[in-house]
Amino acid sequence: MNQIPFIPIALIILVLPLIGFFFTLLFGKKIKQMYLFETGIITTALGLSIYMAFMKLMYYANEKIVSELTWIDLGSTKAFGKISVDLGMMIDNVTVLMLFVVCLISTLVHLFSIEYMKGDKRYNRYFSYLGIFTFSMLGIVFTHNMLMMYIFWELVGLSSYLLIGFWFEKKSASDASKKAFVVNRVGDFGMLAGILILFANYHTFTFDKVFAQISQGVLPFNSEFWLTAMGILLFCGAIGKSAQFPLHVWLPDAMEGPTPVSALIHAATMVAAGVYLTVRIFPLLTGDALLFIATIGAISSFIPATIALTQNDIKKVLAYSTISQLGYMVMALGVGAYAYGFFHLVTHAFFKAGLFLGSGSVIHAMHHEQDIRQMGGLKKKLPITYTTFLIFSLAISGIPLTSGFLSKDGILASAYAFGNLTGYKIFAISGFLVALMTAFYMFRLLILTFHGEPRNEEKYHHAHESPALMTMPLVLLAILSIFAFYTINPLSAQTGWVLKDWLKTPASVVPEHARYSFMVQKHDEKPEAAVKHEEAVAEKPAAESEHTIIHSEEYTEALHHAHYPAMFLSLAVAGLGILFAFIMYFWRKINADKLADSVKPLYKFSLNKWYFDEFYDFAFVNGTLLLSRFLAWFDSTIVDGIVNGSAVVTRQLSKLSGLFDTYVVDGLVNLSATLSGLLGIFTRKFQTGKVQTYIIMVVFSLVALLFILMNYGI
Amino acid sequence: MDLYLILFYFFAIITLVSAFFVVTTRNVIYAAFNLMLTLFGVAGFYVLLGADFIAIVQLIVYVGGILILLIFGVMLTNKITDTDIKSGFLNRVPGLLIVGTFAGILIGTLLKSTWRIAAPLPPPVAGLVGIGNLLMTEYTLIFEILGAVLLIALIGAASIARKQSN
Amino acid sequence: MTDMSTLSTFLTHIGLGHFLFISGMLFSLGIYGVVTRKNAVMVLMGIELILNSANINFVAFARYGNYGFHGQLAALFVIILAAAESAIALAIVLNIYKTFNNVNVDEIDKLRE
Repeated sequence: MNQIPFIPIALIILVLPLIGFFFTLLFGKKIKQMYLFETGIITTALGLSIYMAFMKLMYYANEKIVSELTWIDLGSTKAFGKISVDLGMMIDNVTVLMLFVVCLISTLVHLFSIEYMKGDKRYNRYFSYLGIFTFSMLGIVFTHNMLMMYIFWELVGLSSYLLIGFWFEKKSASDASKKAFVVNRVGDFGMLAGILILFANYHTFTFDKVFAQISQGVLPFNSEFWLTAMGILLFCGAIGKSAQFPLHVWLPDAMEGPTPVSALIHAATMVAAGVYLTVRIFPLLTGDALLFIATIGAISSFIPATIALTQNDIKKVLAYSTISQLGYMVMALGVGAYAYGFFHLVTHAFFKAGLFLGSGSVIHAMHHEQDIRQMGGLKKKLPITYTTFLIFSLAISGIPLTSGFLSKDGILASAYAFGNLTGYKIFAISGFLVALMTAFYMFRLLILTFHGEPRNEEKYHHAHESPALMTMPLVLLAILSIFAFYTINPLSAQTGWVLKDWLKTPASVVPEHARYSFMVQKHDEKPEAAVKHEEAVAEKPAAESEHTIIHSEEYTEALHHAHYPAMFLSLAVAGLGILFAFIMYFWRKINADKLADSVKPLYKFSLNKWYFDEFYDFAFVNGTLLLSRFLAWFDSTIVDGIVNGSAVVTRQLSKLSGLFDTYVVDGLVNLSATLSGLLGIFTRKFQTGKVQTYIIMVVFSLVALLFILMNYGI
Repeated sequence: MDLYLILFYFFAIITLVSAFFVVTTRNVIYAAFNLMLTLFGVAGFYVLLGADFIAIVQLIVYVGGILILLIFGVMLTNKITDTDIKSGFLNRVPGLLIVGTFAGILIGTLLKSTWRIAAPLPPPVAGLVGIGNLLMTEYTLIFEILGAVLLIALIGAASIARKQSN
Repeated sequence: MTDMSTLSTFLTHIGLGHFLFISGMLFSLGIYGVVTRKNAVMVLMGIELILNSANINFVAFARYGNYGFHGQLAALFVIILAAAESAIALAIVLNIYKTFNNVNVDEIDKLRE
């Protein structure tokens, strides 16, 4: 048994934000200080999660703690045996890392928001929304089954909707929240379909049980095609939530929400939930599904990077950069670099949250000015913000000594190795191009915002460094973007504890011929079970070999070979990108406007975000409108025509039957009435109303009857 | 002339004469008292027929209950000061004709019929026990229903006769 | 009583026929009462006569037909029903009296209209 009560602690961490949400929402209007309660609760959750993550990673790094209870017992069926829907929690290294990220960023955002949102009329409600968001995100983190994942997935979607549309008086904000919700719904529909396929075939939602069944050769509908389809459908949820191509359009619009929200939800945690989902279902993804995922990831990293080159809204640039980086993670998972994909999620969460909070600080200082053309020279006014922003930019560009370098370099190396092994070199090429563009647009942003001469004197004049409550999170996140937290070797993450001890690629459970060739176990390598339950831990002491490394030696070799070329290449492109940015915007050797003019169509294309919104408007919105117009026409002309025609026919028929009624039926009725009237006139003479007359008649009739019976009857 | 014969004729005369007075006397109170005599006579017939229990019930229920009820009815529906409560007749002639014919037919039928009579048995002893057994076995349902009917009639009568309060 | 050859035999041998005769006469008298009396209470008395005649029939047939106690039970039930009936009837009569201020059945001919 475990010495540390992980599951109770996890439950407390999970429930704390919910309590914060309820109380803050209920008493927020009455008690002005409720936000402090909410912040305190989140900080408590952070403390607990740090303790839990520390204990788990230090002492139980190779264990997986699962606790479940039956929620709905569907009883025993003849065909499938016992079926039950279980609720449960699973705590492994991925869980605690993600838990730490979510709690930390949530806490920092709470602190940041105390200053940033000051004076808002729905101040406490904002904090309660942050609470419900944190609760749902933690639910996703802790779950051990697909159903709970889906439930919390939707809860996260809801809280995202609430927070994007927090300033719902603004039409653009309420539109953006609706857009985010609807676009997410498209992805979630695919996810739901995937879940249905999963439950229909495996009769359980629990990941481990599904994996166990697949590894025993149970395939959905007995075909590998459906296994691939199931994986892709489940991944559809990730496409929506992680804003992957083609459903990425909602994320830039979501920047209408408060900036801390963007940092929490749309940079660090919620959008990472898609990646987290992919991480969770990783073992059941077939080679084809992974290739699909890699493709989506590559496209999603490339397109937004090109868009980010030309955007002028500070938050829009960061939003596109987020999509691009998420694309990186997804691509990493797609090429089999599970550990690097998740590692990048963690590092990215810190520096991207930092970038957003930094931009929040700038926006706060500039009195809600978001256009970088109105900024410039803020370096002197906002020294702390500038310094941290620089560190984040270096991290996202992949400069050594930062965390971003470690993870990004790992992804690029994996893509490179993948290209060498399978021949799909396009992922590596796209990855390096994106790295180039990332470095360029990040430094463009940095230079335009902080360097040079102030372009808006008045706003510059009023700018001031943000209070400590806002800069403190920035500093903390900047510290966490330093390599030292992940490895002692600033050039290679491989030797660091995160990758060496904590993140282990789980064994793929799909049939061997459906995997990538390099994921197939060589026969001399001994496969070992990766899944372990709490009970089993007591019997077998945890050993290093408990987790199977799925990659064959061939892959390790390739990765090793790819490491240095990839590193130099990525350094080169990052340096090149930064250099370009400096040439164009700092030294102004090349006039950016002229360059834009010379490639005007491309520039316009990028500035207008590849016309995705217009295309969707045209294809889907207009298509739907056209379809509904056609349906309306069909309704009014054909359906109504039929209805009206039948009405006319009915009217004529009823006229006919009316005539029949008047003359024939009424005639008969009147005749019978007349007859009975006549009869009545005759019979009323007998009706005296005196009871005894009647009795006499009765007795008389009786006598007559008796008489007849006696003479003729008997 | 044995006692049975004498008793039979005695009861027959009492019954028929008093019944005649019931339907012919003008005075309602006289009619009620004559009805009492009639009921006594009928009870006597029951005794002659070996139905002791029915005879007792006849006395208790009819004389003790129904008759009193009727007398109350008379008193409540007439002014109490009229000592001589008269009641008129109507339809006398047609009534007489019809009833006469009817009685004729009845008597005729009676004489004409050949009754299937079992071997005359001695009157059953311990009639109370037999009736009680039957009531609790074969006629339980009817017995229960009659109890309910009686209760309902009681409530209904009270409800009908009650003064309407608006 | 199949061999009722002479009047003396008929008079001295009491049998079923005698009781039926009494019952028949009682019945006729009852009907006469019901038909001719003006007062509603008197009509009720006629009805009691009719019921009694029926009861005599029940008991007599049971005795001579050797049906044991079944006939007596029928008579018992009739008596019970008669009690219920007279209670209801008297309640109605009281109501009639309240409405019309008399109980003469010939004057109560609202049913005619």
